[in-house]
Formats: sequence, structure tokens, C-alpha cells
Amino acid sequence: MTVFIIRRLSQSLLVLFITSIIVFAGIYAIGNPIDILIAPDATFAEREQAIKALGLDQSLIEQYGTFLWNALHGDLGRSFVFNQPSIDLILNRMPATLELAFVALFLSLAIGIPLGLWSGLRPNSVLDETVMTGSILGFSLPNFWQGMMLIMIFSVWLGWLPSTGRGEVDTVLGMRTSLTSWSGISHLILPAFNLALFKISLVTRLTRSGVRENMPLDFVKFARAKGLSERRIVSVHVLKNIMIPIVTVVGVEFGGIIAFAIVTETIFAWPGMGKLLIDSIMRLDRPVVVAYLLVVVTLFIVINFVVDILYSLLDPRIRLGSAA
Amino acid sequence: MTAISLPRLNADSLATRALNGILKSPKATIAGICCILFVVIAVIGPWIAPQNPYDLMQISIMDAKLSPGSQSMAGATYWLGTDGQGRDMLSAMIYGLRTSLAVGLVSGIVALGIGTSLGLIAAYYGGRVDTLIMRLVDLMLGFPTILVALMMLALIGQGLGKVMAALVLVQWALFARAVRGAALVEKSKEYVEAATCLGLSKGRILFGHLLPNCLPPLLVIATLQVANAISAEATLSFLGIGLPITEPSLGLLISNGYEVLMSGQYWISVYPGLLLVALVFSINIVGDRLREVLNPRLQR
Repeated sequence: MTVFIIRRLSQSLLVLFITSIIVFAGIYAIGNPIDILIAPDATFAEREQAIKALGLDQSLIEQYGTFLWNALHGDLGRSFVFNQPSIDLILNRMPATLELAFVALFLSLAIGIPLGLWSGLRPNSVLDETVMTGSILGFSLPNFWQGMMLIMIFSVWLGWLPSTGRGEVDTVLGMRTSLTSWSGISHLILPAFNLALFKISLVTRLTRSGVRENMPLDFVKFARAKGLSERRIVSVHVLKNIMIPIVTVVGVEFGGIIAFAIVTETIFAWPGMGKLLIDSIMRLDRPVVVAYLLVVVTLFIVINFVVDILYSLLDPRIRLGSAA
Repeated sequence: MTAISLPRLNADSLATRALNGILKSPKATIAGICCILFVVIAVIGPWIAPQNPYDLMQISIMDAKLSPGSQSMAGATYWLGTDGQGRDMLSAMIYGLRTSLAVGLVSGIVALGIGTSLGLIAAYYGGRVDTLIMRLVDLMLGFPTILVALMMLALIGQGLGKVMAALVLVQWALFARAVRGAALVEKSKEYVEAATCLGLSKGRILFGHLLPNCLPPLLVIATLQVANAISAEATLSFLGIGLPITEPSLGLLISNGYEVLMSGQYWISVYPGLLLVALVFSINIVGDRLREVLNPRLQR
């Protein structure tokens, strides 16, 4: 296990290193770093000074060294707009995004698994067909349009739920959360559902195919022969077996949720880091864009790493296969 | 008869199998007809659209934000209303459909070409080439499509060509992985050995013999990827970093309606959205059916 973790960790570091080169190449080699890193309204003297300070008169290799050194020390540049270190801006917004993502993840499991079980146990019935077609529709509804329709129906027409912002935010155990008050929760429902719909479809399909694969197997027949109720067979024995692929896919898809949170946050004006990214792109606040990129890549590497470890803990066969 | 039938013939029967599979399912048949209809509308769009929404001579700002079914100053009827600039929504949607379909198809086909070539090469040569290509594929697939495309566009700026490039970048890896998997299975079969013994060139073995037998999973992925690409392009355009206003796709039309949605002018974003959903949904239904018929292992 230790060997496995070390191997995975070194792979992750390699990916991070490669990404830093790509990002660096993207900003410094392809684009003009002066445009990207210096505010457009700077005077000529300020430009000259900044070019010196940023080391843009040095060779590419030296520049990369400086870039890497600064990044390793948490210095990813200052935002032109807020005049704060861009890394602080992003870390300040991150809890809101994570809260949204976790609630969406919870929704996708809480809705997707029962739907998948329901249709998987009645293969080729009308209900199964409806759920499966519904899940394709879930895949096909573009996230942003579906969000707009939610706003139109529940905020504009029915007036049930607020459409923008985060509502009341409390601090619980050092974390800022909006799950403690109705104002907070009501602001969370629409964006969380918007973000979850795609994953609900995915979890439904995964669960359904898992059920259909497992139901004809011997252990189910054995459980039936033992006289267990069908309910217990499905909810304990079958569910346990289909959790492995679901946990893995959901783990990997958590990254996708964070990526799509960019869209959701833009539509619902949710004050997370995704909205910050889009705002920064629009305002040409490039240090924030660069910092977001590096933070998100790191986040992804951590997620993939944790999922790999979880997976090998859940299914020992994987661990043996990888270490061999 | 079975003994002489060459594996190469599979390429011909693939189209028949796919078509039969689709026709057997009423749902997929309807979706397929819709797909064809959308393509036809897109192709003949300029001739059937009531007006050219980007010809300033034909639109009038006096007609801005009219609700569906209202009359224009000139007496024509705007069946789906007009947008903020007084453009007929129906015409704008037909033009948007052209752009969306073109972006989806072109980027899908280019990604198919690049991904297939790399996947075949990885499978055929194996060893270091294989490791290198597959590592790259793993790296690409480790990040969500939309994030990679968004980042690329944030760094290089917007534009039709750049959006397509970004979509190719995020799609090729899927094709490469699928082809490599299929080609590895095919590679060990006797006809490849026979072709090698006959002294055929590597290129001919790869593209003339291996490729046709790897087509079924490719067809499935290609179909689904076109839908994904259209959806991704719409999302990027909505976020304001995709296509410029001069090349309006469905995503951009929806985005235009976002600002006025709160004030009740629903038609500016609802109708283009419905068209986008119908397009992506039909393609996905056909793709899902193809997966059932051609490749039961790929079930999601």
C-alpha cells in the first residue's frame, strides 16, 4: 500500500509539473506576457519597471525558474482589479464552490441511486424506458439553459425561490455555510439542482446497469434460497456490490462538478471561485485566471489521488493489479 | 461462405447493422429523422429563413423585443418574436443552427481523425510510443472537457477557429483510447498476420485493414461526441468566451436572452434553447441506440 501511494504521489507531482510548464508556455511563450501580467492602463515607466521586476528580460528557462519558485511560495501574482494576491481571492471563494459541489453530489446520489434501482429491477418496462430516456434528456439539457429555465419557472413565474446570490451565511465549526438557515438553503436549492442534474442521469444509468449485471449472479440466487426478502437482497447485498463503480465514477465526476460550477455560478450569481474566474476573464484580470488554473489543477490531482486510494481500499484486486 | 468472408467486409455491413438497429427502435427512428431534418434545415437555411438576421437592411430596431406572433412594421409576422435588435428569432435560430452544427461536426471529425491515427499507432507499435500516447490520453481525460476548453480559450482568446481547436483538443483522447482498445484486440487476429506476410506497407495494414474493423466503437463515440461538442460550444459561447457576436450560434442567442429573462421576455432564450436541446437530444438518442446495437460493452 505504501509503495502504491508513493507511486501515485510521484505521478501526481509529475502531472502538476507538466501542467505548470503548459500554463507557463501558455502565458509566456504563446501570448505576450507583458499584456497578461501588466495592467493595460500602466504608464510606460511602470511597464519598464514591471518588466524588470517580473524578470521578463531574462531567458525563458530563467523565467520559468522564477515562475515556479514564486508559485511554490504561494505567490501567483496580484489581481489588477482587487489589488490583492490572486491566490487569496480564490481561496476566499473556494468554500462557496465546495459547498455547492457537495450538495450537488449529495443530490445526485440521493436521487440517482433510487431511480437506477427502480428501473434496473424492472428491465424493459415502460418505467425503465421512461427513466432511461429521461436520463438521456438529462445528459442533453445544456447546463446553462436548464439553469435559466429553472430561474424562469421557479423565480420569475412561480416566485418560490430566489434566483441569485448566496443568502444568509453562518459560521459553523470554522466553516462558512449557508445550510443553517432557510434563507441560505432556499438560495442553494436551484443552483445545486442545476449542477446535479447531469450527475443524477449518470448515477441513474450506472446504478441501473449495476443492478442488471448483479441480479442474475449466484450470490443473489443464494440469498433468495436462504429466504431473504427481496428488499433486503437489493438494499444490502446488491447495493454493496454496485457501490464500487459508483464511488469511483462519482469521485472522478466530483472534478466535473467543480468545473461545471463555473457555469452554474455564473447563471445564479453564486459567489464562488467559478464566477470569479469568468468575471476575471471578462475584466482581463489575468493573474487571477492563471492562479485559478493552477489551484484547480492541484485540486484535481488531489481528487484523483484520493479516489485512487479509495478505490484500491474498496477493491483489493485493483491494488494488486497496480502494484504488480 | 463464412470461411471466405474477409473481416474487411465488416466495414460494409456496419452501415447496414447501424441502420437496421436504428430502424428497429421507433424512438431512435424518430430521433434519426429529426437529425436529418436539422441538417437539411441548416444546409438550406439561407433560402428558407424569412429574413437574413445579420443583414442590417432587413432588420428594424422598431421591431425589437416583439412577442411571438406579432406583426412587423412591414406587415410580416414574427412567429417566434424578435430579439433586442429587432431580428426575427426564427431566422436567427436557423442561422444559429448552421453555426452550431458546423462547429460540432467539424471539430468532431478532426478529433476523430487525429484520435484514430494516434490510437492506431499506439496499438500497432506498442512499447514506448504506446506508453507516451496513452499517458497523454490519461492526462487529457483526467480533466473535464469544459474546463480544458475554457482554460485554453481564456489563454488564447475567442474566435471560430479557436473554439474548434479547443473542442478538438478535448475530444481526440476519447477516440484514441477507444481505437487503441479495439485495435489491440484486432491486431492479434490472423488477417493482420496474413497482411504482414503479404508484405503490405504498415500504413496500408493500419488504415486499410485494422481501421475498418475498429469502426463500430468509433461510430458510437463520434455520434455522442458531436452532441457533446455542440453542447460545449453553446456553453462556452454563453459564458462569453466562445464564438464572437459576428458568428452567432444557438448558445450565443440564448445568452442574449439571459439578460431580459427576468423581465418576462422569455422567447429570446427559450426557443433557441429548445432547438438546441432537440438537436442534442436527438443525436444522443441515436448514439445511445448505436451503442446498444454495435457495442454492448460500452454501456454507461
